[in-house]
Amino acid sequence: MTARASTVASRISATGTANALELRGLTRMFGALAALTDINLTVRPGERRAVLGSNGAGKTTLFNCITGDFPPTAGTIRLFGEDVTHFPPHERIRRGLRRTYQISLLFAGLSVRDNVYLACRGVSRYRFSLLRPRRDDALMASAEGLIEAVHLSDARETLVGDLSYGQQRQLEVALALAGAPRFVLFDEPAAGLSPTERRELVEILTNLPSHMGFIIIEHDMDVALRVAESVTMMHNGRIFKEGKPAEIESDAEVQALYLGGGHG
Amino acid sequence: MAVTDHGTGQGAEGRRAPAHGTWIESIPPAVWALGAVLLLMPALANDFVLYQIFGWTFILGMIGLSLMFLAGYGGMVSLVQMSVAGMAGYMVAIFGSSAIETISLGWPWYLSVPVAILIAVAFGTVAGALAVRTEGIYTIMITLAIASAFFYFTRQNYVIFNGFSGFNGVLPPQLFGVDWRQAVPFYYLTLFWAVLSYLAVLYVRRAPFGLALQGVRDNPRRMRALGFNVTAHRIAAYSLAAVIAAIAGILLTWQSAQISPGTAGVGPVIDILIIAVVGGLRHPIGPFIGALIYVVLSTFAIDILTGLGLAGERFRLLIGLGFLVIVFFSPDGVLGLWEKWRASGRRDPLTGEDRGEDRGGNREGGA
Ligand SMILES: Nc1ncnc2c1ncn2[C@@H]1O[C@H](COP(=O)(O)OP(=O)(O)O)[C@@H](O)[C@H]1O
Ligand SMILES: [Mg+2]
Repeated sequence: MTARASTVASRISATGTANALELRGLTRMFGALAALTDINLTVRPGERRAVLGSNGAGKTTLFNCITGDFPPTAGTIRLFGEDVTHFPPHERIRRGLRRTYQISLLFAGLSVRDNVYLACRGVSRYRFSLLRPRRDDALMASAEGLIEAVHLSDARETLVGDLSYGQQRQLEVALALAGAPRFVLFDEPAAGLSPTERRELVEILTNLPSHMGFIIIEHDMDVALRVAESVTMMHNGRIFKEGKPAEIESDAEVQALYLGGGHG
Repeated sequence: MAVTDHGTGQGAEGRRAPAHGTWIESIPPAVWALGAVLLLMPALANDFVLYQIFGWTFILGMIGLSLMFLAGYGGMVSLVQMSVAGMAGYMVAIFGSSAIETISLGWPWYLSVPVAILIAVAFGTVAGALAVRTEGIYTIMITLAIASAFFYFTRQNYVIFNGFSGFNGVLPPQLFGVDWRQAVPFYYLTLFWAVLSYLAVLYVRRAPFGLALQGVRDNPRRMRALGFNVTAHRIAAYSLAAVIAAIAGILLTWQSAQISPGTAGVGPVIDILIIAVVGGLRHPIGPFIGALIYVVLSTFAIDILTGLGLAGERFRLLIGLGFLVIVFFSPDGVLGLWEKWRASGRRDPLTGEDRGEDRGGNREGGA
C-alpha cells in the first residue's frame, strides 16, 4: 500500500514543521453538483478553526474528503506534511486525525463503554486480539476517563440505542477524542444540545490540550467564536472569507449572507 | 484463555455480575444441568443415539456455528462454510490414509490433521477475501458460487480428489489405544470440540476482535473513522470461522469414514444455512439447536412418513416445512421463540391472544 511507503522517520520529521492540514485545489463533485470547488485551506498545528456557512455550503463534504469517507474529485490533502490524498480512512485516523459526525454514527447495540473502548482500540495495537481485556487494561482505563470527561459516567453500561439525543452527541465527541488525537474535525457537535450541555461542550473544547488543533463546524456563533481563534466562511462549495472572529463578525458581506441566508 | 477470562470488567459481564465472585459462580444452574446431562449421556442413550444423533448434531452444529459467527457477529451470510469443512475432510483423506492408496499419502495424523486444517483455513480465507467486498445478497451469491465451484471441481478432478467416488476408509487415529469410531469415544470427541468451539465463540465475541467485528457489522463507516481496517477485519473473521468448520469437517469425515463431492454439495451447503437460521443467529447456541432439530428430523422423518403411508424420500419436504414454520413465526429462529416465550411468561401469565402484539412491541423496544 501507499501508506506503507512513508517511513516512520519521514513522518516524524514532517511533523515538526508541517501544517496540521493543507488542502490544495480540493474539489468534489456529486454528479453535476460541485459540493466543493477549488478549496485551499491551511491549518497550523494546534490551531482552532471554525467553519461557518449555510446549509449545503459543503462543510460536511469537506470533512468527508479530509477523513477519506469520500475521495475528492481533484486536489490534494496533506496531513502533518504527509500527502494522504489516496490513503484509506483508517490510515489517516492512525496518523492522529479524528472526527465526529453531524448525524451520530454510533454502535447502537453496544454499551457506552464498549463504544468508547472500540474507539480507543481502533487507534492502538492488538486490534485483532482474541484475548479479552483484563481489569487493569490501560485502554479500558482511558475509555473510563473519556466517559467521565463527556459526563456519561452514569450511563456507561447503557446501550447506546437507549441514550438521549444529547447523550449521543456527547458520546460522538468522546469517540473523536480517543487515543492521542492531533487534529479533530467536529461536525456541529452542539446541534440540538440543551444550554447546559452546550456549556459543558464549550468547556470540553476549550480545555483540550493546546497542541490539539481542530476544525469545528458550528451554526451557533456563540459556541463557534468562543472556542475558535480563526474563522473560515463557506458558501456554495467555496471559501469566501477567512479571518479572526472579530473581523468576521463585523464583516458586512458575512452579515448579509449569514443572517439572510436562512441557516438552520 | 481461561486465565484472562476471569478478570474481565467490561460489557455484559459488568452489567450482570458485581465485581466479586468468580466466573464459575456466575454460570446459571440450567447450564450446569445441561452440562451434566451431556457428560452422562452415554449412560442414558444407546450407541445409535450417541453416534448418529449426537455425534452428527455436534458436527453440523459446529459448521452452523462457523456460519453463525460470520452472520451473527459480522453480518456476512457465508454459504462457503460447508465447503471449508469438505476441504478439511478431503485433505485428511489425501494427506492421511484412506482406501484409495494410489492418492492418499499416508502421513501420520499429527501431520495430516494440522495440514488439513491449515489448507481449509487458507481456502476459507481466500473465499472470504473474495466475498468481503460484497454486501448482503451478493455475499450469499458469491459464497454459493464458490461452494458450487468446489463441488464441481471435486467431482471432476480425479488426480487429487478422486472424482465422483471420493475417498472411503478415512479413519481417525487409534490414539491412546482408543478406537475413536466407537460410539462412546466418538460422542466425547465430538462433544469436546463442539463445546470448545462454542466457548471460544462466546469468549471472542467480547474480546477486542469480536467487539470490533460487531462494530464492523453495525457501522463500517464509523469503524474506519476509528482507525479500523474494516476489510482486514472481515477477512480475519472468515479465517477464524474456517478453523471451526475445518475441525468439524475432519470429524464429519471420520464419522462416516468417507468424503465425496456430495458431502459438500449444494444441498448440504443450504442445509447448514437452514440449521443456523432455524436455531437462531443471535447466539452461538442457536446452530446446535438447529442441528439437533435437523438431525432428528432427517433421521426419523422417513419412519414418520412411511408410517403415514407417504414416500420416505420426502423427508426433505418435512425439513423444508419445519424451516418455513419456524422462520414464519420467529425470524430469530428457535432462540427467538424461546426468548418470546420467556418474555411473555414474565409479563402476562393469564391473558390470551392479545399478549402476542404487546410482546412483539416490547421486544422490539428492547432490541
Ligand atoms: N452523498 C451525497 N450525494 C449527493 N449529494 C451530496 C452528498 N453529500 C452532500 N451532497 C450535496 O453536497 C452539497 C453540500 O452538502 P454538505 O457538505 O452536507 O453541506 P453542509 O454540511 O455545509 O450543510 C449539498 O448540496 C448536498 O446536497
Ligand atoms: Mg453538514
